[in-house]
Amino acid sequence: MNPLLAQLLSRAPVLTDGAWGTELQARGLKPGDFPDGWNLTHPERVAEVARAYVEAGSRIILTNTFGANRIRLGDHGLAGRAAEINRRGVQISVQAAGDAAIVFASMGPTGKMLLTGEVTRDDLHAAFAEQAQALAEGGARGLVIETMSDLEEAKSALAAAQPTGLPVVVCMVFDAGRDKDRTMTGATPEQVAGELTQAGADVIGANCGVGIDRYVPVCQRLSAATDRPIWIKANAGLPTWVDGRIVYITTPEEFAGHVPALVQAGARFVGGCCGTNPAFIRAIRSVTGVTEGSR
Amino acid sequence: MQEYKALHEAILSGDAKTAREVTERALGASADPLRLVNELMIPAMDEVGRRFECNEYFVPELLISARAMKSALELIRPLLLARGDQPAGRVAIGTVKGDLHDIGKNLVAAMLEGGGFEVIDLGVNVSPEQFVAAVKEKNANVVAMSALLTTTMPSMKTTIEALKQAGVRDRVKVLIGGAPITQKYAEEIGADGYSDNAPSAVGLAKKHLGIEA
Repeated sequence: MNPLLAQLLSRAPVLTDGAWGTELQARGLKPGDFPDGWNLTHPERVAEVARAYVEAGSRIILTNTFGANRIRLGDHGLAGRAAEINRRGVQISVQAAGDAAIVFASMGPTGKMLLTGEVTRDDLHAAFAEQAQALAEGGARGLVIETMSDLEEAKSALAAAQPTGLPVVVCMVFDAGRDKDRTMTGATPEQVAGELTQAGADVIGANCGVGIDRYVPVCQRLSAATDRPIWIKANAGLPTWVDGRIVYITTPEEFAGHVPALVQAGARFVGGCCGTNPAFIRAIRSVTGVTEGSR
Repeated sequence: MQEYKALHEAILSGDAKTAREVTERALGASADPLRLVNELMIPAMDEVGRRFECNEYFVPELLISARAMKSALELIRPLLLARGDQPAGRVAIGTVKGDLHDIGKNLVAAMLEGGGFEVIDLGVNVSPEQFVAAVKEKNANVVAMSALLTTTMPSMKTTIEALKQAGVRDRVKVLIGGAPITQKYAEEIGADGYSDNAPSAVGLAKKHLGIEA
């Protein structure tokens, strides 16, 4: 195992972080605006989010680089600034983390599908390789390929990330099929774990999805199908509409209440996705055994 | 129609080449284009939907079946139009303002096309004004909106309000979908319907237009 992962896992489960987009919105990012561009235009606000997670007790924090691949950046006229946005994103998190937390950098999907021929394998590989390289240059200690719906795209990102030599976490979204336990393309947790293990992912996991309770069985099945450590960052359920506002009804305490079951099911890294915030991370901290950063 | 059963099979298995070939052969032998659609093609797409419900088919299978359906429809639609047969409905579809995600929207568009609808694809980041214009100028009778982000879902409400303002809300059925969308949200903002997957969007559109599925 990668030495950094071994060191992290010597005290596990490891507490990671929560959502970034909604936290940036709380700091003025307009709904529908592209968060990653803020690494250049509003670095101080991005740093506030990073610091909020460090202060909440995250041992690993991510970066504001989820959409910073050139394919997605191109939708916002920023394709030429991919390297800069990624490097800056890591630097902001690294500075906020200080000695208290470790920075793994986020890589999300391109939003284009191989299946429909909108992108080619070469396009994907080039975009992810450029992003991974910039994240490594910026000082990331690991890479987190997350919110992937198509295993082929995830594997493309993994192959592009591996030459950096950093440990690579690969997380898929399981929200399709009758039992919401398949990826969009129909892959089961067993298939995902099998193929990603084969492809050499260092950590395998699930994020986003339809709620933390649904990820307990998914976690169990992933864990049973691989020897790699499992990473889980679930949503705070699906949002609902109350008095003209969008809210997630899962409370931090309810969310944290499911964490022991997740850990029991094999999760070695735990945190939150959409709808979670530093309060959720503080709530998870109180779960027995979860290890936090040294704030 | 049984001699063209291969068309049904080709759509089910997503074999666009065969779907097109069989359709060409059938039309060459003067088969009734409407019967090809109603007796072979739409039942094939219904079966695709059923398999999706049963976890036998997932998004990749939906996509290739819809593509096979489309390749056959491209041959048939001009003939239907020439003799005055109207599509099941005219759908203006788009991802709402501020949102650039199009995978879900494209899937629903493909399934609606496969279900016999004429689809006006407005693309992504579609403003309320663009939806209104599609209803006014292109006579869409269904407005279908997609949003992937919780931050952009309020644009659905804004669009419905714009349709009201423009005095065309009563002319259309408004259907919505996307990862953060729920039935409750649809009711809250006054949409006519919500679907949590692409195949059932077709049945939903038909139901709301009073067409028998």
